[in-house]
Amino acid sequence: MNLAKTFSKGIINENPLFRLMLGMCPALAITTSVENGIGMGMAFTAVLLASNVVVSLLRRIIPESIRIPCFIVVIASFVTITEMVMHAYAPALFESLGIFIPLIVVNCIILGRAEAFASKNGLVPSVMDALGMGLGYTLALVTVSAVREVLGAGTFLGIPIIGLIDNPALVMILPPGGFIALGCILALLNKMQQKKAQSN
Amino acid sequence: MNNQGNLLTVTPSPHLHSSNSIPAAMRDVIIALIPAFIASVYFFRISAVLVVVTCIVTAVVCEMAAQKLMKREVTVNDYSAVITGLLLALTLPATVPLWVAAIGAAVAIIIGKQLFGGLGNNIFNPALIGRAFLLASWPVATTGWVTPIDGVSTATPLGIIKESLGSELPNLTDMFIGNIAGCLGETSALALLLGALYLIYKKHIDWRIPTGYLATVFAITAVVGMTKGQGLSYPVFHLFAGGLMLGAFFMATDWVTTPVTKKGRVVFGIGCGLITVLIRLKGGYPEGVCYSILLMNTLAPLIDRYTKDRVFGGGKSHA
Repeated sequence: MNLAKTFSKGIINENPLFRLMLGMCPALAITTSVENGIGMGMAFTAVLLASNVVVSLLRRIIPESIRIPCFIVVIASFVTITEMVMHAYAPALFESLGIFIPLIVVNCIILGRAEAFASKNGLVPSVMDALGMGLGYTLALVTVSAVREVLGAGTFLGIPIIGLIDNPALVMILPPGGFIALGCILALLNKMQQKKAQSN
Repeated sequence: MNNQGNLLTVTPSPHLHSSNSIPAAMRDVIIALIPAFIASVYFFRISAVLVVVTCIVTAVVCEMAAQKLMKREVTVNDYSAVITGLLLALTLPATVPLWVAAIGAAVAIIIGKQLFGGLGNNIFNPALIGRAFLLASWPVATTGWVTPIDGVSTATPLGIIKESLGSELPNLTDMFIGNIAGCLGETSALALLLGALYLIYKKHIDWRIPTGYLATVFAITAVVGMTKGQGLSYPVFHLFAGGLMLGAFFMATDWVTTPVTKKGRVVFGIGCGLITVLIRLKGGYPEGVCYSILLMNTLAPLIDRYTKDRVFGGGKSHA
């Protein structure tokens, strides 16, 4: 597989959220504003990149039978670093993401990439894989949170939208709205995929 | 084709044909809702008509558009969208802005019904999905209660109890006739009962669900009423208050989203009653009919599985 493909597969064809259905918990919980979506996506990408690099470098040293605990230790270290950095430099974002930053440790995408990709590939492909997957997940989070923020709060990135700001549909930024928005987006994407498959 | 009438028609059994069809059954439900509609127009005047028309028109248009877009057969002629719109309108207050009512009808039909696969495939009662969506989205616009006829802002009887407002509760006769604040179609127990009797007479709804539902609410509130020293007026108040009559006869009996077994229907009714009383007496909302039915809708398949009749000669029941 060439590098460009390794990078781009995470964005559309194997998008972690929309195609692999991984990382659903943060995608439903924190996507109440675009700012949260971007922040979560960036924290996630940073952890994924660092853990892919380390796992890829250590892939010949880590014994097969205890690889999962090893991956978790690597991931947890980087999550802790990310959490501290966010706490220091982006306290507002840190507050609004709350428990979901430490929960990146158990995010199945990161563990999945370590297991399925970084532990079997060299450094450069692993970096490309992490960047592609990170970007794909960030885009997915931004898509869901854009729908929810615009409909549920009447703003986009905090900027009021005329016509929606007075009476937003509150339910969209409440938990049910997460399921409704994600479900509708997935349905639309599946429909588009089907059309593409038919026309090919 | 011209001599078809002269041919002897040979068909496999069964030969008994029922004239019952989806449009006919839906028409009967609409007929049954007419008394409640008339009562709402009498008590809430022109605003009731506007809300009802908005909801029905939006529901029908959305059904048509959704079915066209999804390339399904367009089945607006079966009246089911009309009923969804009408039921939704009857669960809204007279002061609701019309655009809110329209969004509710659109959500009910598109998200509550068509996205699940259309009539017969929906898990939840579409009208209640619409109402729950509106209540969560615009909590102020959907709870602007007014007194009947004069249209002065006030609280519903259940709201008075919940918030301990201390204002005087309406007497039971007014509550039975519907001369109280509340949603358009829920205030008049009399009109709803008339329609319900018609549906039970026509065998469109099973008496087991409403009976189980109302009896459970009555039994629990009777016990609570006794401990409060209010006697029988307390449980009777709870029967006529809020959306219980509307919910028990017209929403908890929805053919699609409720169990099909007889035992299951009793269980379903009792479950609805328990959740309603729990929300009314202990929950954060003054009224719990909507959520109780939605929650029990999720249990309908499970209830069906455990209340299946034993097949004759088929050995022990597997339930």
